[in-house]
Amino acid sequence: MGAKMFGARVSRLEDPKLLTGRGGYTDDMHLPEMLEAAFVRSPHSHARIKDINISDALKHKGVCKIYTASDLPDYLRNTTVPFQVPNPAISQPFQQRLLEDREVCFAGEPIALVVADTRYNAEDAATLVQVDYDILPGAADCKSALEDSAPLCHVDSPNNEGAKYKVGYGDVASAFANAHLTHSEEFWIHRGGGFAIENRGVVAQYDELDDVVTIWSATQSPFLVKQNVVDMLGWESDRVRVIAPDVGGGFGPKTIYYVEEALIPLVAKDLGKPVKWIEDRRENFLATNMERDQYWDMEIAVDADGKLLGVRGQMIHDTGAYMPWGIISPYISATTLPGPYVLPSYELETFVALTNKVAVTPVRGAGRPQAVFAMERLMDRAADKLGLDRAEIRRRNLIQTEQMPYALGLIFRDGKPMTYDSGDYPKCQEEALRLGDYEGFRHRQEQARAEGRHIGIGIANYVEGTGLGPFEGATVRIQPSGQICIYTGGGDSGQGHWTTLAQVCADKFGVGVEKIDVQKGDTGKIASGVGTFASRIAVNAGSSVHLASNEVRQKAIKVAAHMLEAAEEDMDIENGSVVVRGSDLSVSLSDVARAVQGMPGFSLPGGVEPGLEATHYFSPSQSSYCNGTAVVEVEVDPDTGHVDILNYSMAHDSGTLINPFVVDGQVQGAVAQGVGNALLEWMVYDDNSNPVSTTFAEYLLPSAPETPNVDVTHVESPTPINPLGVKGAGEGGTIPAAAAIISAIEDALSPWNVRIAAAPLTPSMIVNQVRAEKAVA
Amino acid sequence: MSDRRTICVNINGKAYEREVETRLHLADFIRHECLLTGTHVGCEHGVCGACTILLDGKTARSCLMLAVQADGKEILTVEGIAPNETELHPLQQAFQDNHGLQCGFCTPGMLTTLLEFLDENPDPTEREVREAISGNLCRCTGYQGIVAAALDAAKRLQAGT
Repeated sequence: MGAKMFGARVSRLEDPKLLTGRGGYTDDMHLPEMLEAAFVRSPHSHARIKDINISDALKHKGVCKIYTASDLPDYLRNTTVPFQVPNPAISQPFQQRLLEDREVCFAGEPIALVVADTRYNAEDAATLVQVDYDILPGAADCKSALEDSAPLCHVDSPNNEGAKYKVGYGDVASAFANAHLTHSEEFWIHRGGGFAIENRGVVAQYDELDDVVTIWSATQSPFLVKQNVVDMLGWESDRVRVIAPDVGGGFGPKTIYYVEEALIPLVAKDLGKPVKWIEDRRENFLATNMERDQYWDMEIAVDADGKLLGVRGQMIHDTGAYMPWGIISPYISATTLPGPYVLPSYELETFVALTNKVAVTPVRGAGRPQAVFAMERLMDRAADKLGLDRAEIRRRNLIQTEQMPYALGLIFRDGKPMTYDSGDYPKCQEEALRLGDYEGFRHRQEQARAEGRHIGIGIANYVEGTGLGPFEGATVRIQPSGQICIYTGGGDSGQGHWTTLAQVCADKFGVGVEKIDVQKGDTGKIASGVGTFASRIAVNAGSSVHLASNEVRQKAIKVAAHMLEAAEEDMDIENGSVVVRGSDLSVSLSDVARAVQGMPGFSLPGGVEPGLEATHYFSPSQSSYCNGTAVVEVEVDPDTGHVDILNYSMAHDSGTLINPFVVDGQVQGAVAQGVGNALLEWMVYDDNSNPVSTTFAEYLLPSAPETPNVDVTHVESPTPINPLGVKGAGEGGTIPAAAAIISAIEDALSPWNVRIAAAPLTPSMIVNQVRAEKAVA
Repeated sequence: MSDRRTICVNINGKAYEREVETRLHLADFIRHECLLTGTHVGCEHGVCGACTILLDGKTARSCLMLAVQADGKEILTVEGIAPNETELHPLQQAFQDNHGLQCGFCTPGMLTTLLEFLDENPDPTEREVREAISGNLCRCTGYQGIVAAALDAAKRLQAGT
């Protein structure tokens, strides 16, 4: 029996291929006779299209065909993207058409598709397509978009309110009436996009012989792509196969289905040749979904001991021009706010504003960083006003382990009552404080101030619903060669599923992970699937691999017992063979697999079903709730606004760990995105909602010098919701980052009594706030 | 107007002679003419660094160069780093051992950048490594594994392992 694989720090099976340039990403595909596509996109945030003239473009060298809305088959001209997640709170669920020829509602909306022999020629010809626009005013900032005088995002709609809903519980009014202290404040939190280093891309090929269109897409969710292509184009499900090849980062935006994923297969079938479209970075800034602005107008009530009595307020969420993912992001925001605290009453009214910008859909963290920012700022304010330590006020309010499972009183995004299944919030906070030497900080701060340096410490807690259903399945199959294969539906965009799913399986057969092949993200390999988002693969696919592996193991033992004429209860599986304990009798899994292939004319051994394989679709009864605490120490230069993160500590509880090595990487990477949200990433639009930051020189991603090392410690509270005890781990690092970093900056600037209510916080904002406070003083 | 030239570029020890449009950028030449798709394109404006190659031993952004400018030059791409089909270069091995990659898309540019850096600075500090890769964006790792891999690789290379 080899070393136990589950829970071990196994290095990744994916790596050798990716390290030697042998990965296979969408743009790496070169098919015979392949054509390339380029889009004509609206340069205006809002305009009426008067005329589209493709005649000059058609004459350009290499052009094969140009498609506008009027070139699409009749039934597709007005078809819109299927509405994924309806909710009664949504009053105006606008969805995009395949190609627009009447009213464009964001800069980047596709108008025409040019197919040519090369990408260079396609892009040249796209510039020759003449579109005559009547430019319309755009609904820009989501707050002003809700005012009566605001320009309309869609000219035929009554207003820009896309949805409105209220969540809450408890008696908020009396909480505030009886409060020792209240504080109200408005917060602006901006999040940018996913900005995976690989842009989106689609390749499609029509096989006339099989009458099947194969679509390769840089997506997190090949099954969602397939379902939407089938729904939108009206094709038979069996005639479409979607493959997510190696995907160069996802982070949320690649979860969502886009019109390009229907258009490219549509034209590939029409032209009878493979067609490739690879998004360029400018298109990615314009036309790939992102998160953006939320305004929170909030009020907190506490008693004299700093115990929470209630939180209430309103939130305005910028959803962009279309709502392909409904109100998932702002709804998650609204339900995340209470976090790990005993909050007796809560009320939040959310207004979802339509703006003339690309759609807002979840980005790593999915609305949670904003809510945590608002809540943690309120906690800091209450602490400051009561003269309490910021960690102490949190400690007094944390849900205790004996209160688990803890019913919050809200309905989560999965439609189920929010019940925190497990977790040790006090321990997590203590661990993070210990890791960040919180106790010794005030001494360090005094010393630093004596040297004229301004350091500060910040803390933030969060709870995150992970492992969302409905399911993600797995087939575990042992081939007659002895090769163990796992097939699962979600794509991998860097998470290391090959390694971690192999770890779940390996111990069942007493083999190392290198003996296991994992084939993911291919609708041709397993009947059903969902996708890699919402920190759901370890929970859903991991549990399915566990269940399917157990079943294959039982089957192998049953068949081997028959073959060896031994009792099942005396048998075990070691080193890829079924053995009879205490004897030298054994049969390899390869021979067992061969036996259950069957022999013409003979019954299968033991009367089993053919094939040494099993499929499970684990469906969790509800989300599992991950949590954590970030403690951050920063140094701020009040004259330049420069922020240096000196120490970043994180205690993280994602339940049982399959591979701590991989989870550490997930936390570290997620923190980096939170650093971007706190200090750098800002998608800027002008007053007419035209995007201004459309390169990496204008929109800043965290680079190595400003990204901190993260000291991660794991608290493992296994969830009872799934057989592995795992919770999702991909997003936790991002969620408290901006809240903790901004808290630390505020602490560093406490000599000037600076109060920060916004993220990202740029150097000039810091300098201006310090100057303003100095002027007041 | 299309303007074509015949160029010959040596990539990873092999000569590639192709007739190309003069406007073809070098990354597209490497990827789509020579079919060496390990070099990646992330921004095409010289910021992300994914397309970094070694041109006559020096790092260059292949998206910011024309293929014709590489005529007669020697290029090393990610495909040419490992000593053979089955072994990894110590830098590559350090990446695997330190979880220096997740999606792998920025990795080729990180490797080529660090090859040049470690050659010039065989015993770097963490700060120096971070500065060296400051022109290469990674969205997955938070750089922690990459920096650890570079420092580990420096040790391995010095020890000759």
